[in-house]
Amino acid sequence: MSRRLLIGVFEREEDILNATRASRTLGYTLVDAYAPYAVHGLDEAMGLAPSRLPWVCFALGLAGAAFKVWFEFWTTSVNWPVNVGGKPWNSLPAFVPITFEVMVLTAGVSTVLAFLAVARLLPGRKARLPRARVTDDEFVLVLEESDAAFDVARVRRLLDGFNAVRIEERVEEA
Amino acid sequence: MAEAHAAQREPAIAGNKTPADVTREICAVLDRKPSGLWWAGLLFALSLLLTGGAAVTYEIQTGIGTWGLNRTVGWAFDITNFVFWIGIGHAGTLISAILFLFRQRWRTSVNRSAEAMTIFAVTCAGMFPIIHMGRPWLAYWIFPYPNFRGPLWINFRSPLAWDAFAIGTYFTISLLFWYLGMLPDLATVRDRAKPGLKKALTGFLSLSWNGSVHTWQRYETVYLLLAGLATPLVISVHTIVSWDFATAVIPGWHATIFPPYFVAGAIFSGMAMVLTLMIVARKTMRLEDYITVRHVEVMAKLVLATGGMVALAYLTEFFIAFYSDNPYEQFVILNRMRGPFAWAFWTMFSCNVLVPQALWFRRVRTNLGAVFAISILVNVGMWFERFVIIVTSIHRDYLPSSWGSYAPTLIEILTLAGSFGLFLTLFLLFIRFVPVIAIAEVKGALSRAGGHRELSEARKPEGVRIAERETVLGGVRT
Repeated sequence: MSRRLLIGVFEREEDILNATRASRTLGYTLVDAYAPYAVHGLDEAMGLAPSRLPWVCFALGLAGAAFKVWFEFWTTSVNWPVNVGGKPWNSLPAFVPITFEVMVLTAGVSTVLAFLAVARLLPGRKARLPRARVTDDEFVLVLEESDAAFDVARVRRLLDGFNAVRIEERVEEA
Repeated sequence: MAEAHAAQREPAIAGNKTPADVTREICAVLDRKPSGLWWAGLLFALSLLLTGGAAVTYEIQTGIGTWGLNRTVGWAFDITNFVFWIGIGHAGTLISAILFLFRQRWRTSVNRSAEAMTIFAVTCAGMFPIIHMGRPWLAYWIFPYPNFRGPLWINFRSPLAWDAFAIGTYFTISLLFWYLGMLPDLATVRDRAKPGLKKALTGFLSLSWNGSVHTWQRYETVYLLLAGLATPLVISVHTIVSWDFATAVIPGWHATIFPPYFVAGAIFSGMAMVLTLMIVARKTMRLEDYITVRHVEVMAKLVLATGGMVALAYLTEFFIAFYSDNPYEQFVILNRMRGPFAWAFWTMFSCNVLVPQALWFRRVRTNLGAVFAISILVNVGMWFERFVIIVTSIHRDYLPSSWGSYAPTLIEILTLAGSFGLFLTLFLLFIRFVPVIAIAEVKGALSRAGGHRELSEARKPEGVRIAERETVLGGVRT
């Protein structure tokens, strides 16, 4: 399936912010926006829901910590108890430091891996850039020409009103 | 109010730059042929590294007996170096994680190199416990894994086992944090590079980053989460390092103040190391617009503040020794000041308590030569702090009949030199092959310095008017 896209290129962060807000208010289908740095508020302008990655961080951190407490208890007081200076088999307070470290490790590593997976950032994959300078100094807004009512001339006028430096139409093969 | 506030401060980045300028100027460092100074530095660092490598090889072949350790002083040079390097690393995490949570935007110019410093310092630190094991090829015994010796598990009650987990986690999280922060910049380098090895490598490493807002949103979430994890992590790491000492019943080690004392000392020494590296880097790599005098001044203030905490910890130690009425504690303190290692104690005291006081004066803080000298002295002082804590506490403990002394051998000194060689080699390779300054973050900080102005009616872009008119006319599509 292919779809027709309209691409607006901007040179200033406030232009893409305003253009995105206006296009969304007017009900156009926003496909994506590209920026060389994290533009504050662009995700809200696009209407993106907050990322659910904190849940991965929380759940796997908790799971890692729980596993480690159990593991320390099991190794030192069940599987092979060793008397160390007469300390109790289950020396729970002494297990806290490693439990904490393992929690941070599992939470951090799993969050990063989950991020790379959902953002499809994989080694060897070729980057698909809307414009070559998008990692340098250009901002790009991509709209979908979703139906016959999409009036290209009107949208061009709108984006021009936000100082778009370039507007082009493209067909994307899925 | 925000504008009034901004007006009081100099911008973090000098020279009114556009995003394109930032890309060009920071990538230029990578495109240029390395200077003679860089080659000289690399040769020097490599020769130190080789010397240290030879010393370590000899030590591993022959045994720990090549060091000056004896039955009384079983820990000395090696553990001093370990704690010293771990401490250096902590300032990098302070800059990258804690200052990020506090929204200190000036950090953008220094965080990349400070994080690199963390990773290299932790690498150097990790080397020392491993070679101290005597049989480093069995180092993996420190981790619990199913084995045919029982299975016999490690002793989870031991601070040395805690150390292994703390350092391992710290290294991993720091590396992830550094790499994640670098993704957008690797993509920037990739898109500027001509087809060839550089483009292929950065293309592979940038994992197909394309700057989509979906990715940016998740990226910022993950960055915040990692900063939130790294902040308690860095405190836990040096706390655990201090427990290596504090859980032993040695007078001079067995103190509840050790964790905060060590954490403050770590950040103090690490900030000094960041200053040392940055002052050299900005000059040799022509990054004066990015690492400005304001950055140096702010970091100098942090050195002063953490130095104050260290001084307070020293005073608390003295006070508690006398207040406790414990003759052994009192003896340790007096022995430090007047005993055979008094020279080390007073070196430490002058470098860590007296010298940083000069930073109260703005004229000193903005004088790069002076700050550079102070940062070197603080590093010397902090190395001696660990030496004093370790050696003076154990060389004369409870039984005078078992008192002893300690002097490092050439092998130990060369090993320390080798760790500096490793650190400098890695750092020099880093500044040559990786964007030293977080390009994307600097661009973001530039735009925010401009501020979000509310649009007045007259300055509204034409597009807003078009959109408003269409909305009123009922042109909103559903």
